[in-house]
Amino acid sequence: MSDILEILLSASFWAAVIRIAAPLVLATMGELICERAGVLNLGIEGIMVIGAFTGWLAVYQGMPLWGGVGVAMSAGMLFGLLHATLTVPFGLSQHVVGLGVTLLATSTSSFAYRLALPEVTSPPKIEPFQPLDLPILSDLPFLGEVFFTQTAFTWFAFGSAVLVALVLFRTPLGLAVRAAGENPSAVEAQGLSVTGLRMGAVIFGSGLMAMGGAFLTLSAFSSFFFEMVNGRGWICVALVVFGAWMPGKAVLGAILFAAFDALQIRLQQTPLGADLPYQVFLMAPYVLSILALILMSRRAEVPAALMTPYNKGER
Amino acid sequence: MSQANLRAGDTVLRLDNITKRFGALVANSGVTLDLKRGEVVALLGENGAGKTTLMNILFGHYQADEGRVEVFGQTLPPGNPRAALAAGVGMVHQHFTLADNLSVLDNITLGTESLWSRGKGRAVARARIAALSSEFGLAVDPDARVGSLSVGERQRIEILKALCREARILILDEPTAVLTPQETDALFDTLRKAIALGLSIIFISHKLHEVMAIADRCVVLRHGKVVGQVDTHATDRAALAALMVGSAVALPKAETRPAGPVLMRISKVSTRAKGTATGLSDLSLDLCAGQIVGLAGVSGNGQAALADLISGLLRPDQGRIEIDGAEPAAWSPRQAVNHQIARIPEDRHKTGTISDFNLTENAVLEAYSRPPFSRHGWMNWPAAQAFAKDVIAKYDVRCQGVLQRIRLLSGGNMQKLILGRVLEPGPKIILANQPVRGLDVGAIAYVQSRLIAARDAGAAVLLISEDLDEIQSLSDVIHVISEGRLSPGFARGSKTAAELGLWMAGQGFRAGDHAA
Repeated sequence: MSDILEILLSASFWAAVIRIAAPLVLATMGELICERAGVLNLGIEGIMVIGAFTGWLAVYQGMPLWGGVGVAMSAGMLFGLLHATLTVPFGLSQHVVGLGVTLLATSTSSFAYRLALPEVTSPPKIEPFQPLDLPILSDLPFLGEVFFTQTAFTWFAFGSAVLVALVLFRTPLGLAVRAAGENPSAVEAQGLSVTGLRMGAVIFGSGLMAMGGAFLTLSAFSSFFFEMVNGRGWICVALVVFGAWMPGKAVLGAILFAAFDALQIRLQQTPLGADLPYQVFLMAPYVLSILALILMSRRAEVPAALMTPYNKGER
Repeated sequence: MSQANLRAGDTVLRLDNITKRFGALVANSGVTLDLKRGEVVALLGENGAGKTTLMNILFGHYQADEGRVEVFGQTLPPGNPRAALAAGVGMVHQHFTLADNLSVLDNITLGTESLWSRGKGRAVARARIAALSSEFGLAVDPDARVGSLSVGERQRIEILKALCREARILILDEPTAVLTPQETDALFDTLRKAIALGLSIIFISHKLHEVMAIADRCVVLRHGKVVGQVDTHATDRAALAALMVGSAVALPKAETRPAGPVLMRISKVSTRAKGTATGLSDLSLDLCAGQIVGLAGVSGNGQAALADLISGLLRPDQGRIEIDGAEPAAWSPRQAVNHQIARIPEDRHKTGTISDFNLTENAVLEAYSRPPFSRHGWMNWPAAQAFAKDVIAKYDVRCQGVLQRIRLLSGGNMQKLILGRVLEPGPKIILANQPVRGLDVGAIAYVQSRLIAARDAGAAVLLISEDLDEIQSLSDVIHVISEGRLSPGFARGSKTAAELGLWMAGQGFRAGDHAA
């Protein structure tokens, strides 16, 4: 028990929590926007892979780091466009399209990686985002290590959540997007385009997901390897439900999951880690997340028109 | 021509030669219609006559195949609700276009501001809603969640939505279908205020007395064509009815006959509310042989729970049911069928039939597991087909054959098949839940006459309907249901529609005051 307490009181633990949560926050916001507009985007896992790959490749080829982020976002939006075209105007099954996009984006990444770097055996490294060194703030005890020695990309990730929340709940655009996920015919009857709103939400949301993927290669690690997204996309789908489709609660969920994850890494190095197989620790965050999901999401208000295609002019 | 200097009598809206087809079905054929400033035009017609399609074209939900829409002298671009709204057309849809999880304020402001603006703030919108509410007598709480509001309140929000956008032409699609008579009167007061301010109104309905009360002029549609235009004060209900149907159709009238023994007794039954559906509250009801009991009420007041109770889908939480004086064991749909309860469900598409099954399969949905339709666990399809053929012939089901999928049948023919399925075995108790909803007059007359015939043959009939006229003309005894409570039984002709309306609105019920 004292091991756990010691871990929870250390600044490095909380710094790791923020670091692990950041990509989840970006991708969860992306998924949340899509679902608020009424589209379940299961392309998220693959779109994160494509974001991780293209962002890394752009920087490896000499682009600045933020340029890599931009490339990742554009690539994500391209796959978002594919998803949106198939699910919104064509009204195809969102499950099938989403899984298809995930498979396509993942394999496209592998293929392009081999094309771009045919000879390489160990993944080449780039120079990733560095921790900020702010005057005074970074030198604060505890808080300095937790908050003010994070990378700029981490701040960007949490900033995006604030922006998403403001747009969704404080602007006419956000109201229209939410209404498209609640009752598309209400949107139509007020002279707005359901197709435009939903496609826009899916494309922009996919851009956020891809940036979440790029965080892994450009800030958390310094190289791209297959399997690096490793189910984070699916976690984000669950986090949206956990957060009851509210950005603030979803961020809390991401932090909770990250805390479980950071904790299990550290617990593996305690005497407990010697007694239990390490797979138990790897599994723990997912088990705890499922339990939290069960507890939290019972009263959640699902967007009423989630996964319901809208066809204008149909009887 | 600008809107401001229009005078009464100027044409504000013109539909010119509109034609619309859905596949082989011609929904509108060369429809031309004018609307003048300050005028109320009623668009009359039976279900399927093309009224709603026409209005959806006007509002831009559908694109017409031919013809054009002119508002204040300007031709509207086809298929563009935004343009229709901007031109001053407001539409109150029959199925409300409101987002239940959003507030009233959100629903009204949706789409009124540029999507790329920061929004003018809620205070402005709030003030405008308050002003319009008092001017037109449309009280609403702007912060309420729409999902928590009554149907009447939701309709007010829909009207406010249009008024907030400065609509000069209001289209109301069957606005009274879901209202009590008193709520209808309040709606008409609002509409009269709007007319006094120079708005023009198109009012879609098939309730003739309402049309006579509010409209200046009637345009009658039949099979997608305009078959007549008459001034309201120069006509009467009978003439309008004949225009609508094309010929005079006499609806059957039932004469009261002495009731037989009690076949089903529901004593002091209470059930919990399920989601948004109201439960029953200490409800007692007797169904007697040879009697039609009419159940009036605004939809959502417990009719669904009572229907589920009788059809075996719901068990009482308190109280008991008796059939032929004995309490049935383990009440279930199977039990209900075994006790010869015929069920005509409210939604024939969802719960009455399986759309992609053929007529034979649908005809034996209830009895498939019994001889002659199956033996030793094997279906006897020839017997099932013979039964289906028999029903099709006796009940005049127009179809291509017993192997046709039932989804391809019209509503009236589907209902006739259901009627045959449940009435052929000679049931003791008949639960008829909205049996004529969505049917044309000919089919209505047929279904009603079959119910009367079944009563005369000794069955106990419970008729659930939102149409007071239907209840009053068919029922031997009328009960009103409100919030899961049942009124006392009223003998035929002992209460006027207005008096029943008061009961429907919940007046007359006292705590502990329940039907004997």
